[in-house]
Amino acid sequence: MSILVNKETSVIVQGITGKEGSFHALKCLEYGTKITAGVTPFKGGSLFNNSIPVFNTVEEAKVNVKIDATVIFVPAVFASSSVIEAIESEIPLIVCITEGIPTVDMMNVKAALRGSSSIMIGPNCPGIITADECKIGIMPGFIHKKGKIAVLSRSGTLTYEAVNQLTKAGLGETTCIGIGGDPIIGSSFLTFLKIFENDPETKGVVLIGEIGGTQEEEASEYVKNYMKKPVVGFIAGKTAPEGKRMGHAGAIISGGKGTASEKLKIMEKNGIHIAENPSVIAETMIKALK
Amino acid sequence: MDIHEYQAKELLTKNNIKILRSILCHSGNEAYNAVINLGSQVVAVKAQVHAGGRGKAGGVKIAKTADDAKSITEQMIGMTLITAQTGKEGKVVRKVLIEEGADIKKEFYLSITIDRKTSNIAFVVSAEGGMEIEEISKNSPGKILTVLINHSYGIKSYHVLKMFLFLNLDKSIFNEFNNLVNLLYSAFLAEDMSMLEINPLILTGSGGLIPLDAKIALDDNAAFRHPYYNDFIDEDEEDPLEIKAKSVGLNYIRLEGNVGCMVNGAGLAMATMDTIKEFGAAPANFLDVGGTADSKRVETAFNILLSDKNVKAIFINIFGGIVKCDMVADGVITAAKNIGLKLPVVIRLEGTNADKASELLENSGLNFIVGNSLADGAQKVSKIVKA
Repeated sequence: MSILVNKETSVIVQGITGKEGSFHALKCLEYGTKITAGVTPFKGGSLFNNSIPVFNTVEEAKVNVKIDATVIFVPAVFASSSVIEAIESEIPLIVCITEGIPTVDMMNVKAALRGSSSIMIGPNCPGIITADECKIGIMPGFIHKKGKIAVLSRSGTLTYEAVNQLTKAGLGETTCIGIGGDPIIGSSFLTFLKIFENDPETKGVVLIGEIGGTQEEEASEYVKNYMKKPVVGFIAGKTAPEGKRMGHAGAIISGGKGTASEKLKIMEKNGIHIAENPSVIAETMIKALK
Repeated sequence: MDIHEYQAKELLTKNNIKILRSILCHSGNEAYNAVINLGSQVVAVKAQVHAGGRGKAGGVKIAKTADDAKSITEQMIGMTLITAQTGKEGKVVRKVLIEEGADIKKEFYLSITIDRKTSNIAFVVSAEGGMEIEEISKNSPGKILTVLINHSYGIKSYHVLKMFLFLNLDKSIFNEFNNLVNLLYSAFLAEDMSMLEINPLILTGSGGLIPLDAKIALDDNAAFRHPYYNDFIDEDEEDPLEIKAKSVGLNYIRLEGNVGCMVNGAGLAMATMDTIKEFGAAPANFLDVGGTADSKRVETAFNILLSDKNVKAIFINIFGGIVKCDMVADGVITAAKNIGLKLPVVIRLEGTNADKASELLENSGLNFIVGNSLADGAQKVSKIVKA
């Protein structure tokens, strides 16, 4: 068992003919992901990589192939429209890689998600991967190895850092999800913690947060009240100055709120095992599993 | 991005919100003429800097004559204003806003922000106008009301009524308040703001409601649909190195330490800074070189780091995922040779072809120190700057 995606998952790529979309679609195919169609407006009827049919719209693709998930590489200007297109086509899992979507557009997307059955990951994220089965995103596949730890993160390369350690330590991973670095994202830590708690293969969860917002605090409340599995936490941005956006649009301390120390304090109080620096994430998990 | 009060007020006017008349001035003489043109008995001289808390710091003064306004402006321009929000280095005042006087009966606080937890717009109001909201929330949280507007259906008159009753305003001005709140709400969405703070919102002797001050932050990601954002950038308000970095597509933020950092990915860059601090040194900057990290990009990044004269050593931390480590190493070596780099460099490369990369670095003839993990690299570079 794994969560959300596995080797049977039928995936389409929105923006498959673009530079990013085509590059990463090929990398996902190499990993073994079952990509069944692509979508690019006005490219309908062509073939991607000589084998994958391209359609003009998601609706058109849905008539022709089974769709369990979609991954979006559409530029920021059009990305929110692509997400809403996927929501209206009732695609169960929507992964949006695109960085730079305006916040107001994301509020519209969130309004569209209310009452829909779709789960959205991202935007501004590396995507989701179930080790050795299905990669939907831009993460390097080779660092992942099937195992027992789940990873949830607001970051990209920092997630790879954690995964690499888990693999080298022999723990391996079940499913890893980059939830995105924007102020408003499709799904927060909370959504996935609940799913991981119920996944029999996952024995522990690594949660990588950063400054800004309050979702680490909300996640830690859930950990305290409902989770039996150990959670290892790390927060990036202890040295970040107030009022500056640290690369990610959502990584900002404002009005003294959203600091790393505030988050770490609450996480620790709620029973999350804190990794003091990113080099000891796997080490901390090994101790927490004992 | 943060903008000036006079720019914020331009946006309010554009969105049909009534404000006091004002004129932007760069000298005492301009201020003198502005007072004559406004024909107002009393004017406010307001320093234009990207920071709140100006009043307490001497950045807002009342002038009763044109001569008065001229001399206040002359004192203000060129001064370094240190407010609760500028940091200890303060901000140099380069222009002032001369604004007509108003008959203030009462002051209120009103702001609009985005509530990240619910993905909705949040109004915050208080009858304690003129005070910093952080202060009110600390000392008397009961005097603040937050009203969330569900983005699925937008603002309703009931939302406005809740705010109105909380502020204990006279019902004769409900229509005016309702109109103002709706206009502010529409303006917030139309201009892609991330924050709109009216502090104070004043009730005048004649019963009108006027935003006396306006502080606005705009969503950088929405710049593509608002060409005017670009005209609102004031380079005097930003760090010159940060501007330079931005112009070459690098995400750089200057800090106060002496370890220059070059990292791929924002989260990893922050974690790298934190780890340096853990080993007793301090990062000189945040720098995300992005996914490609080829020799040209690395060279540009080196140049930015070296422009900061505080930098005593450099720590490069790259997690090679899609990009291969030996390619990155090659880029680093070429860039270091091109610019004749003299500072010690600790470099940690992890991911595809990391072994090959270490070999390249060791045989480059340059003085690279290889870090075996993030912590190991951070420890090594900290040792160098502390020696």
